Amino acid sequence: MDLTIQHFIALAPLLITTVTVVAVMLAIAWRRNHSQTFLLSCAGLNLALLSILPVLKLTPITVTPLLQVDNFAALYMALILVATLACVTLAHAYLGDGSSGYPGNREELYLLILMAALGGLVLVCAQHLAGLFIGLELLSVPTYGLIAYAFFNKRSLEGGIKYMVLSAAGSAFLLFGMALLYADAGSLSFSGIGLALAATGVPSALAQLGLAMMLVGLAFKLSLVPFHLWTPDVYEGAPAPVAAFLATASKVAVFAVVVRLFQLSPAASSGVLSDVLAVIAVASILIGNLLAVTQSNLKRLLGYSSIAHFGYLLIALVASKGLALEAIGVYLVTYVITSLGAFGVITLMSSPYNGRDADALYEYRGLFWRRPYLTAVLTVMMLSLAGIPLTAGFIGKFYIIATGVESQLWWLTGALVIGSAIGVFYYLRVMVTLYLMEKNLRRTDAPLKWEQRTGGVMLLAIAVLAFLLGVYPQPLLELVQHAGFQLGSVVVKG
Amino acid sequence: MILPWLILIPFIGGLLCWVAERSSATLPRWIALLTMSLELALGLWLWAHGDYTLAPAPGGEPAWAYEFKLNWIQRFGISVHLALDGLSLLMILLTGLLGMLSVLCSWKEIQRHVGFFHLNLMWILGGVVGVFLALDLFLFFFFWEMMLVPMYFLIALWGHSSSDGKKTRIYAATKFFIFTQASGLIMLVAILGLVLFNYSNTGVMTFNYSDLLKAKLPEHVEYLLMLGFFIAFAVKLPVVPFHSWLPDAHAQAPTAGSVDLAGILLKTAAYGILRFALPLFPNASAEFAPIAMTLGLIGIFYGAFLAFAQTDIKRLIAFSSVSHMGFVLIGIYSGTQQALQGAVVQMLAHGLSAAALFILSGQLYERLHTRDMREMGGLWSRIAYLPAISLFFAAASLGLPGTGNFVGEFLILLGSFTVAPWITAVATSGLVFGSVYSLIMIHRAYFGPSKSDAVLAGMDNRELIMVLGLAGLLILLGVYPQPFLDTSAATMTGVQQWFGTAFTQLASAR
Repeated sequence: MDLTIQHFIALAPLLITTVTVVAVMLAIAWRRNHSQTFLLSCAGLNLALLSILPVLKLTPITVTPLLQVDNFAALYMALILVATLACVTLAHAYLGDGSSGYPGNREELYLLILMAALGGLVLVCAQHLAGLFIGLELLSVPTYGLIAYAFFNKRSLEGGIKYMVLSAAGSAFLLFGMALLYADAGSLSFSGIGLALAATGVPSALAQLGLAMMLVGLAFKLSLVPFHLWTPDVYEGAPAPVAAFLATASKVAVFAVVVRLFQLSPAASSGVLSDVLAVIAVASILIGNLLAVTQSNLKRLLGYSSIAHFGYLLIALVASKGLALEAIGVYLVTYVITSLGAFGVITLMSSPYNGRDADALYEYRGLFWRRPYLTAVLTVMMLSLAGIPLTAGFIGKFYIIATGVESQLWWLTGALVIGSAIGVFYYLRVMVTLYLMEKNLRRTDAPLKWEQRTGGVMLLAIAVLAFLLGVYPQPLLELVQHAGFQLGSVVVKG
Repeated sequence: MILPWLILIPFIGGLLCWVAERSSATLPRWIALLTMSLELALGLWLWAHGDYTLAPAPGGEPAWAYEFKLNWIQRFGISVHLALDGLSLLMILLTGLLGMLSVLCSWKEIQRHVGFFHLNLMWILGGVVGVFLALDLFLFFFFWEMMLVPMYFLIALWGHSSSDGKKTRIYAATKFFIFTQASGLIMLVAILGLVLFNYSNTGVMTFNYSDLLKAKLPEHVEYLLMLGFFIAFAVKLPVVPFHSWLPDAHAQAPTAGSVDLAGILLKTAAYGILRFALPLFPNASAEFAPIAMTLGLIGIFYGAFLAFAQTDIKRLIAFSSVSHMGFVLIGIYSGTQQALQGAVVQMLAHGLSAAALFILSGQLYERLHTRDMREMGGLWSRIAYLPAISLFFAAASLGLPGTGNFVGEFLILLGSFTVAPWITAVATSGLVFGSVYSLIMIHRAYFGPSKSDAVLAGMDNRELIMVLGLAGLLILLGVYPQPFLDTSAATMTGVQQWFGTAFTQLASAR
C-alpha cells in the first residue's frame, strides 16, 4: 500500500515521539544538562499529545497492515502520553538538581521513558501480532533499564534483573503462542485470526493452546495471578517515578491491546479460555487484595493493589459486550489518575533522591499534621483506589459492577464485592496512618516548598481531577463513549 | 432550591470550621453550632410551611411537599433528585437537633485538632441529610457511602481505645467501615440489577425512584433484589446477626460519634427500608415479613441479654439500641398504619433517649476517666443532678409511660398484634428485659458502695441544658405526639397501602 500524507498525520503521535527520542539522545551527546533534557522531553510529549487532535479527524484509518489508528487508539495514546508526561515531571523532581539528588547520569532516564512510551503507542494501535510483539518489546526492553536505573541500590538492581528474566520468559511464551496460532489460523492480523477461528466454530486445540500461551505472556506484563510474583519486588525496587510508569502507561498499553485482540477476534475469548480468564480474574482480585493486607511498604502495597485492580478490569473483559468497553475505558482512566497520584506522593516524599525511597508506611505517620496538601492528595488517591464516592475510583468501580450485573457474571461480581471489602481494610490503614496524632514524630524529608515545584502542582491537579471526575463524570463518560470500536471499517489485507 | 441548601449547609459549614481553626480553637465550635442551628431552623421553617399530606403512594406519580431535580450523569439517567415528605422532614429535624448536641457535647471533650474534628462531624451530618433527601438511587448510594469516611475518621482519630488495649479505636473504626462498605456494595449490585432489569424491559436507563416504582419484576428477581437492599439496611440498623460492629464502634467512638451513630445513622437504615425496600419490592417484602419480624424478635432478646452482661456503660447502651431497633423492625414489617407510625415515633424517641444516655456517659467519662461500671458505684452522692437525670433516661429507655419511647413501643405492639399475635406477644415480654438492663445500669453505676468519697464536679449549664432539653422533648413526644404523627401520617399511609396490597395478594395466593 502507498503511504499518503494522511497516513503520516495519523501516525504523528508516534513519529513525534520518535523524533523526540532522537533529539533527546543527540542533545545528551552534545551537552549533558538535566533541565534541558527534561524540557525537551516535555515539549516532545506535549507536541505528540497535541498531534492527536488532527488524528481524530482521520480516524479510523489503517496504516500498513500492522497498525490501525482509530478513536480507541487515540484515547489510549492520549492516556499513555499524559501518564508519561506525569512520570517525566515526577522524575525531574526525583532526580534533583545540582549536587544533591541522584548521583549518576540523570538524563538517560528520560530517553528510556520516551522509548517505552513509544512502545506503548505502537501497542495500542496494533492490530497484527507482529505489531503487538514490536510494541511489547519496545515497551519492555527500556523498562529493564528504567527499573535498574538506581543500580547502586541493591533492590533496584535486583528488581531490574528479575523483571528482565521474567519478562523475557513471558515474551518467549507469547512468541510460541503466536506461532501456534498462526499455524492454525494462517493469519497474523487480529481480524484475520478472528475470521479463521469463527469459521471453524469452536477453536481447535492448537489455536486454544496458542491463545493460552499468549495469555500467559500478556498476563506476565499485566501481573495477573498466578503470573504476579515479580510485581511487589519490582515495584519496591524501581525508583518511584519508574514504578508510576510501570503501573500506569505500561499496563494500560498492554491491556488496550488485549482488549483490541479480543474485540477483533471474539472467538479468541470463547469456550475454555473465557473460563480461564474468569478464574484468573477471581484469583487476582482475592490474592492481590489478601496479600496487600500484610504489607508495611507502600510501594509493595500498591503493587498488590494493582494486581487486584487488573482483576476487576478482567471482569469487564470477560463480559466483553454491552457496557464492557466503556467500563474498561473509564476504569483505566480513573486508575491511571489514581495511581499517578499515589506514586506521585511517594516520589515527592523521596525527592530528591537520597539512596532509598520513602516507602515504609511508618514514614507516613502523622503526615497530615506536617504536610496537609500532600496528605490530602494521598487521601483522595486511597479513597479513589478503594472506590469511595466523591472520587474517580467510585465511577470506575460503578461501571465494572454495572458490567458484571448486566452480563450476569454473579461469581465475578461477588468476588469484586469481597475484594473491595478486603481492599478497604488496607487502604484505610494507609489513610489513618497519615492522620495519626502522636508526639515526637519522625520528620521526613520532602522539601518544604514542595507545592511550588512542578511535580507538586501537577499532583494537586491530579487530586482535583480525581475529585471532579467523581462528582461530575459526564465529560469523561462522553469521551470514552466516542472511543468505541468501529468494527465495520476494519479492512483485512492479505 | 431550599433542599440542596439543606445538604450544602453542613458541608460548607464543615469547611469553614476547618479554615477557622487557624485563628482560634473555639471559633470552629461556634461555626459548627451555628451551622446546625441554621439546619434545624430551616427544618422547622419547612415544617411550618410545607404541606405534609403530600407523600408517595401506590398508583400515579408520587407527590412531595418539596422537590428538586437537576440532571447529573445523563449517560445513566442519573439526576440530583431530592424530595421531602413528612418522614424525611422528621428525620432531618432529628439530624439538626442531634447535630447541635453533638457539637455541644464535644465542647470540652475534644481538644486536639478541633477544626478537623468539626469538619468530619459536619460532613457526616451533611451525608445523612443527603440520604434522607435523595430520591435517585445512585444519589442515595452516593450519600450512603460518603458519610462513612468522616465517621471512620471520627472514631479512628478521636476515639478511645479500650482500657485493656485489646480493641483499639482503629480496629473499631475499620470494622465499622468494612461492614457497612461491603453491605453497601451488595446494595449497589441490587440497585444496578433493578435499573438494568428495568432498562431491558422498558429501554429507559434511569435511577429515578418514581420510575423504578413502576418496574415490573418477576417474583424471584424481586426477592433477590429486595434481599440486596435488606442486607445493607440490616447491617446499619443493626439486625442480629449483622450487629457485631455496633458495640465496638460505640464503645470506641467519642461522645459526638456515639450520639450521631445511635441517634441518626441507625435511623438511615430504618428510613431506607421505609422509603426504598418496601415500596420498590412490596410483594417480596410481604413474603419476607415473617423472617424480618423473627429477626427483629431475636434482636430484641439478644440485645437485651447482652446489654445486661456488659460492664462497659457505652457497650450496654449500644446493645440496648440493638434491642430497640428490633421493635422498629417488627413495627415496619407488620405493615399496619399504627405499627408504622409507632416505628417512626420509636425512631425519634430512641434517637433522643440514646443520644442523651451517650451524652451522660460521656460526661461521666470526663469526670471518672472510665466507662467501666465496676469502677463506678455509689455515684449518686458524689455528683449533683447527673444520676437523677440518668435515671429519667433509663426509665425512658425501658418505655415508661409519659415518654416518647412508650408511645412508640405501644403503637408498634398494638399495630402488630392484629397481624402477628404470637410474635407481638413474645416481643412484649422483651420489655421486661428492657427494664432489667436499664435498671441494672443505674444500679451498678449510681448505687451501691462508693469507691471514694471525693465529690466530683457537678453539671455546668451547658451539660444541663443539653440533657434537660432532650428530656423535655422526650416528655413532649410522650404526652402529645400528635403533631409528629400527623406529619408522618401521609407517608406511612402510602407505605401501608403498598404493603397492604401485597399482603392481600400473598394471602389470596396461598
